[in-house]
Amino acid sequence: MSTEPTKITSPTKTALPPKITSPLKREIYLLSRVGLRDSHTLPVYKAHGGYAALEQVLTGGFTPAQVIQIVKDSGLRGRGGAGFSTGLKWSFMPDPAKDPRPRYLAVNADESEPGTCKDRVLMEQDPHGLVEGILLACFAMRVKTAYVYVRGEYRLSHERVAAAVAEARAAGLVGAKILGTDFACDIWMHKGAGAYICGEETGLMESLEGKRGHPRPKPPFPAGAGLWRQPTTVNNVETLANVPFVITRGADWFKSLGTPKSPGNVLIGISGHVERPGVYELPLGISARTVLEECAGGVWKGRKLKAWIPGGSSTGLLPAAKIDVAMDHDSIREAGSMLGTGAMIMLDETACTVRAMQVIARFYEHESCGQCSQCREGTEWLHQIFARIERGQGRMEDIELLSSLANGMAPAKTICALADAAAIPTHAIVKNFRAELEEHVRLGRCPLDVERHAAELTDLVPEGAHA
Amino acid sequence: MSPSERPALPEALRAEFTELVRHYPERQAALIPALHRCQEELGGWLTPETLEACAEFFGLEPVEVFGVASFYPMFHLRPVGRHVVGVCHNISCALRGAEDILRETCRVTGSKPGGVSADGRFSVVRLECQGACTAAPMLVLDGAFHENLATADVARVLGGAR
Ligand SMILES: Cc1cc2nc3c(=O)[nH]c(=O)nc-3n(C[C@H](O)[C@H](O)[C@H](O)COP(=O)(O)O)c2cc1C
Ligand code: FES
Repeated sequence: MSTEPTKITSPTKTALPPKITSPLKREIYLLSRVGLRDSHTLPVYKAHGGYAALEQVLTGGFTPAQVIQIVKDSGLRGRGGAGFSTGLKWSFMPDPAKDPRPRYLAVNADESEPGTCKDRVLMEQDPHGLVEGILLACFAMRVKTAYVYVRGEYRLSHERVAAAVAEARAAGLVGAKILGTDFACDIWMHKGAGAYICGEETGLMESLEGKRGHPRPKPPFPAGAGLWRQPTTVNNVETLANVPFVITRGADWFKSLGTPKSPGNVLIGISGHVERPGVYELPLGISARTVLEECAGGVWKGRKLKAWIPGGSSTGLLPAAKIDVAMDHDSIREAGSMLGTGAMIMLDETACTVRAMQVIARFYEHESCGQCSQCREGTEWLHQIFARIERGQGRMEDIELLSSLANGMAPAKTICALADAAAIPTHAIVKNFRAELEEHVRLGRCPLDVERHAAELTDLVPEGAHA
Repeated sequence: MSPSERPALPEALRAEFTELVRHYPERQAALIPALHRCQEELGGWLTPETLEACAEFFGLEPVEVFGVASFYPMFHLRPVGRHVVGVCHNISCALRGAEDILRETCRVTGSKPGGVSADGRFSVVRLECQGACTAAPMLVLDGAFHENLATADVARVLGGAR
């Protein structure tokens, strides 16, 4: 087992990702094959322990219930953002003796929460790990058909996972009579087409059915009525990639990593104003400062940290003073934000938090599916208000207006949590950076880097240069 | 228009989609993957004729197919340039100079964001997060990611696209 930390600067490059030598000698498993030549191919995967978990389960006399129990005991929590217990979710699938309807696994590879690019590393560099995780999940839930819903923009991810499925099929690992047993499972690839809302599990199901990605009200929950109204489980790529390791190494091993309530390792992406942005595998509960300083080489250009987002753009902006918080679900919640997708976004002392929120609010406005008026209207208002404060045309009342709008949008006021995703960072900026909002209003302009911000806000007019 | 008068898909695509629908219990599920293939093969955007041909294939009304296609940002419902350049303007890219990349892209192509250059060579669009945040800023040229960009790289990246 490798204990060297792995870093990927640019997951698409086929060249080997650079290894960094840092004092950070920690156990890694998710990225243990990343960096090997041809890590995406079956021979390399098998030579490094691949499909051992599947073989163990299928030929070792495991029952589906036992597999679910191991995953439950491991404490593995979903890596798609909500952090729900994976084993528990699997156990919600009805007993096929009582409910013989077809059932499905939908793999959530829509990865589009701003700041997040971790599932892509797994799909591009270790696609068989995902395939094996899918097969184990399907065995445990007695599912015979899985769909991998990959965001349309992830061309290489799609290619690599599709190739891995084809290789696995040719080797008797996907399809009928897997490894000569009665276990049968098909895996189909499915391309999305650029809508963030299709990462929300019920939006994903609508989209997979060939419709607009309009989330469905819950209940009914997917385990009862999901894809084509049949029992369905939706799991994130990284969640499933953990499963083979949980099976071969056991629940106790898994719990030896991370914290008691958030066990295991997690992929943390760190982007923005740092020296070495990248995706790193670290135990849950690692201090955010360690990620920033030891993995990412600190804030870039020798500057100081001003603010940071711990888990993707829907999680609240925290002040630099909170940088010693542990990166696990409970600690970050106590600090006033969320672990989300583990996508840290760092802002240096020259960055404007209002400008950052303007960009984030613009995104949620663009991605709201429009079904719920609170979300459709609320995200548009939030964007407009942040934009006018940034332009220097805000009013002091706007700050209360931001809070009251966000209160009108969430929690649990809409069909899905996209409204919450916009409301939560809004509350956070009002709470943590109120002074900066007020200063914009008082000065009638952005107090930071005025010229640059003004240039960014004006409409872009091309200066000739016809080819 | 009655179904028999609707434009039909080229035979090769029909054969491909006939295979594709077998992956799902319901035919319509293959619609979005099929629209991707149509856009790739039939001129870079989804013409009304293409949408109607898909409607015919999937047994849907053209308006239903339009309703789906128009929901998804990756589908173009109007003519595009020979090459499509997208620049991510979301947070991780914005923090590392995305607006400079966009401005340079506009300068090099002679197109505004959301527009097509006068010579029809380039469409330029703003994109939301593409999942390349740790390699920001980035642009997408005809579906291929170009990451870790400096402003000076843009002309070189776009230069190869004739
Ligand atoms: C607006 C919105 C967008 C989401 N986008 C994603 C996504 O891109 N990928 C993902 O895995 N989960 C996403 N989720 C979470 C999913 O709804 C779901 O919780 C997750 O896929 C479950 O998998 P897990 O239990 O393995 O984490 C999103 C949720 C919301 C509300
Ligand atoms: S913010 Fe630009 S790729 Fe994610």
